[in-house]
Amino acid sequence: MAALSALHGFIAGIGAAVLGLCQSIGAVTLFAIKGVLAILVPPWYFRELLRQIMKIGFYSLPVVGLTAVATGGVLALQIFIGGSRFNAESVVASIVAIGMVRELGPVLGGLVVAGRVSAAIAAEIGTMRVTEQIDALTTLSTNPFKYLVAPRLVAGVLTMPILVAVADIIGIMGGYLVGVNRLGFNGATYLRNTMDFLTFGDVASGLMKAAVFGFIITLMGCFHGYNSGRGAQGVGRATTNAVVSAMVLILAFDYLLTELFFST
Amino acid sequence: MSTPKIELRDVHKTFGSNRVLRGVNLSIAPSESMVIIGGSGTGKSVTIKSVLGLVKPDKGMVLVDGKDVRKQKREPLLDKFGMLFQGGALFDSLRVWENVAFRVLRSKSTDECRELAIEKLRRVGLGPDTADRFPAELSGGMQKRVGLARAIATSPEIIFFDEPTTGLDPIMSDVINDLIRELVVELKCTAMTITHDMTSVRKIADKVAMLHEGVIQWTGPVGDLDTCGNAYVDQFIHGRADGPIEALR
Repeated sequence: MAALSALHGFIAGIGAAVLGLCQSIGAVTLFAIKGVLAILVPPWYFRELLRQIMKIGFYSLPVVGLTAVATGGVLALQIFIGGSRFNAESVVASIVAIGMVRELGPVLGGLVVAGRVSAAIAAEIGTMRVTEQIDALTTLSTNPFKYLVAPRLVAGVLTMPILVAVADIIGIMGGYLVGVNRLGFNGATYLRNTMDFLTFGDVASGLMKAAVFGFIITLMGCFHGYNSGRGAQGVGRATTNAVVSAMVLILAFDYLLTELFFST
Repeated sequence: MSTPKIELRDVHKTFGSNRVLRGVNLSIAPSESMVIIGGSGTGKSVTIKSVLGLVKPDKGMVLVDGKDVRKQKREPLLDKFGMLFQGGALFDSLRVWENVAFRVLRSKSTDECRELAIEKLRRVGLGPDTADRFPAELSGGMQKRVGLARAIATSPEIIFFDEPTTGLDPIMSDVINDLIRELVVELKCTAMTITHDMTSVRKIADKVAMLHEGVIQWTGPVGDLDTCGNAYVDQFIHGRADGPIEALR
């Protein structure tokens, strides 16, 4: 009897978790649809958009650049060590380039920006919710979705590909520095190998991934901030949830997009 | 008899298992200053938010100028309102003048907006030097004044004041009360205030409504407050722990 009751509780727990997940997916989807509609329909707040481009894009450059240069350098070392086991040291330049542009630039850039930007957006909008600033926007005849959510979504989609393009270049340069100064490659040969093996498709797919990640990062920040609970604890939880969900979604969408771009 | 400016008819609102409003009926005439009193958590803020559409009533009707708010276009309707929030609700990322002129930022030039903001700041007793500061650089009293300037920036027909003196010292409270009264008379607007502060009530109100257990227990002119004979009002205005309003101990 006790075993049956425990089994019942276990199944009920699974059911509740599945229902909760479905509810969350539905809420995020509806929020995303409202956000996209707010982008398409005027009024548009261009000044707010410029502010967000600066905050999300420009101020993320140092951390993204640092991550990229370190990743490029480490990648060059690892590939050299691995490649030397079957006399393939010469592929370092091309694999660093392809690895950065296709995968590491967008994904590591996305994860780093998620940590920085999703948290900041969730904290800012969550605090606005708690201090009634969002209600104040409504009473001032301003749709909070158009003023708060739409500019952030657009800024995320526009700036992430630029950030990732910069990260790709800096990452390849990191590999170049290690390759030439540490591993003894010829500089001109290293660059020629990099350019010869990179295709337009590699670059374009990486930048498209970045645009999707930009949308995910800003959407999660806005969603969790907008639905933040009361008080400091509510804002803190919203910030954590924004970062965690953005990171998980980036990894999930990275796989889906990679399947989409490269399996056909 | 003229059409009431604001009318609530049998408004109900429940959050989860908490029945906050259980049939609120209230009528506010044009240019009248109505103050709603009542204990914490009795639904005063929900009542105001129902009128503004920030909270959707489960049942009942809210009318502004005799028309159901659900059938009116949202933006023109909200243009009739100004609101002073309890904590000011000033936008942290904007300067004081941008906060005050927020509603007209998109329709007027920067110079016109600044000029309008400085004029409204002057009206609430703040100098032009305040205009370029950020809300976080102001004291609580100054933030309330900026909130007040924002509420009156476009000379609205209706102004809501949510706990206008909360967190202020008695002298600053009196200054804010005087300002509210002056502005309401000057703009000939309809005012709806929610407060616990009996000094505010006596200064601001033409009429008072007592909200308790989700319904209006008494409403009448402020002059009748002390002699109305309503047990809820009597307990509340004298701040007694004993009476029909149960106090948690």
